Amino acid sequence: MRTVAVVGTSLAGLRAMETFRREGYDGRIVAIGGEPHLPYDRPPLSKELLAGLSEPDDIRLRKQGVDDLDVEWMLGTRATALDLGARELTLANDTRIAYDGLVVATGSTPRRLPNQPELDGVFMLRTLDDALALRATLPAGPKVVVIGAGFIGAEVAATCRGRGLDVTVLEALPQPMVRGLGPELGAVIADMHRDHGVDLRTGVGVEAIEGDTRVERVRLADGEVIATDVVVVGVGVVPETPWLEGSGLELENGVVCDETCLAAPGVVAAGDVARFPNRLFDGELMRLEHWTNATEQGVHAARRLLAGDAGTDLVFAPVPFVWSDQYDRKIQTVGVVSGDCDLHVAHGSYSERQFVALFGRNDRIVGALGFNRARQVMQYRRLIADRASWDAALELANA
Amino acid sequence: MKIVVDFDKCKSNAVCMGIAPEIFEVRDDNFLYVLQQEPPESARPLVEQAVRDCPTQAISISE
Repeated sequence: MRTVAVVGTSLAGLRAMETFRREGYDGRIVAIGGEPHLPYDRPPLSKELLAGLSEPDDIRLRKQGVDDLDVEWMLGTRATALDLGARELTLANDTRIAYDGLVVATGSTPRRLPNQPELDGVFMLRTLDDALALRATLPAGPKVVVIGAGFIGAEVAATCRGRGLDVTVLEALPQPMVRGLGPELGAVIADMHRDHGVDLRTGVGVEAIEGDTRVERVRLADGEVIATDVVVVGVGVVPETPWLEGSGLELENGVVCDETCLAAPGVVAAGDVARFPNRLFDGELMRLEHWTNATEQGVHAARRLLAGDAGTDLVFAPVPFVWSDQYDRKIQTVGVVSGDCDLHVAHGSYSERQFVALFGRNDRIVGALGFNRARQVMQYRRLIADRASWDAALELANA
Repeated sequence: MKIVVDFDKCKSNAVCMGIAPEIFEVRDDNFLYVLQQEPPESARPLVEQAVRDCPTQAISISE
């Protein structure tokens, strides 16, 4: 390969570029990113950066700089089309880039609400610029309404409460994160936010976000009206694949790859955008939207691309890992956690908000969720990776 | 190879412990303990992975 193109310059793309160089690839690397910034770390956007505890400079990825990677950066320019047969990309400024190998790492984009208006004071949170714009409104002490109690919504709510703001969270489902975690753990998260002064309303639909030029109020489906200065919409993300429509890559809730991260000859995908069968979980198709996966899959995809035809046995089969900091709690999940698994609580209790909840399926431990139990969570991560039985997990839980 | 942890940055996610439990340990007090400050050269790939996977970029290697 003489030219590798990496589309997407966030964590997965960066890790891929680092891997190319670490593994000795000395050809050309072209990096194409829609944002104008060099790679930065997204998790602090809803936490330290929003809290005012860190600045853009503090959240740069690769503190030592990027010069040693010898990359041609094309930032602030989106890729708009891919010609698989010709191995050529087209950018928004009509530049064409021929490649021998391609890494698709375009991530994901926040989902918009149906009928979401373009009003000042209505934010979504994905990019550094999003976070800085939202943060700039906070010193005035606005009333904040967060729509959606997933990870982003919950973290924004916790950070805004930490700044002493009046926060209402609106969740359409009966509990926060109920789809992923089930009602029991959803209730633990709900109680935590309420105890910290969040006005959390569950099972409520949003009818409209209203205002003249600035947002003034949120109208609920039951007719109630909540006056507000700021609205943050955090209702999930969609993979950034529209630019690949018609390219010939299989798109179905992401770029569909094989279990080695290969999407087509000479094309790999990594990070939020990639959907792959995970052999560790019986080939379940996964698209993981989390930091650790972006790192691991970025590394793996680069190795896969370098290996060429010899790479068919480079299987990517990770144990997913997610963390979230809310108030004084560190919430971590490993593996597959879902509301339809067997559940066992160990190493503490819900009322202490210090525990590990184990998730079992077909006599195997498949997942764990911890509240301030990082040490134990990592022990279960190992069990999950080793396909340990549910009994073996219970044994560790009762040890 | 010497392991350096910036404890101002470390948030005890224990990812490093998941990768190399012989070297990194997060205890029940929720603090990270580095069990081997200068691990053998054979451990370098694991330590490099821990450096890369640390969510707060708190770990580095000084030669």
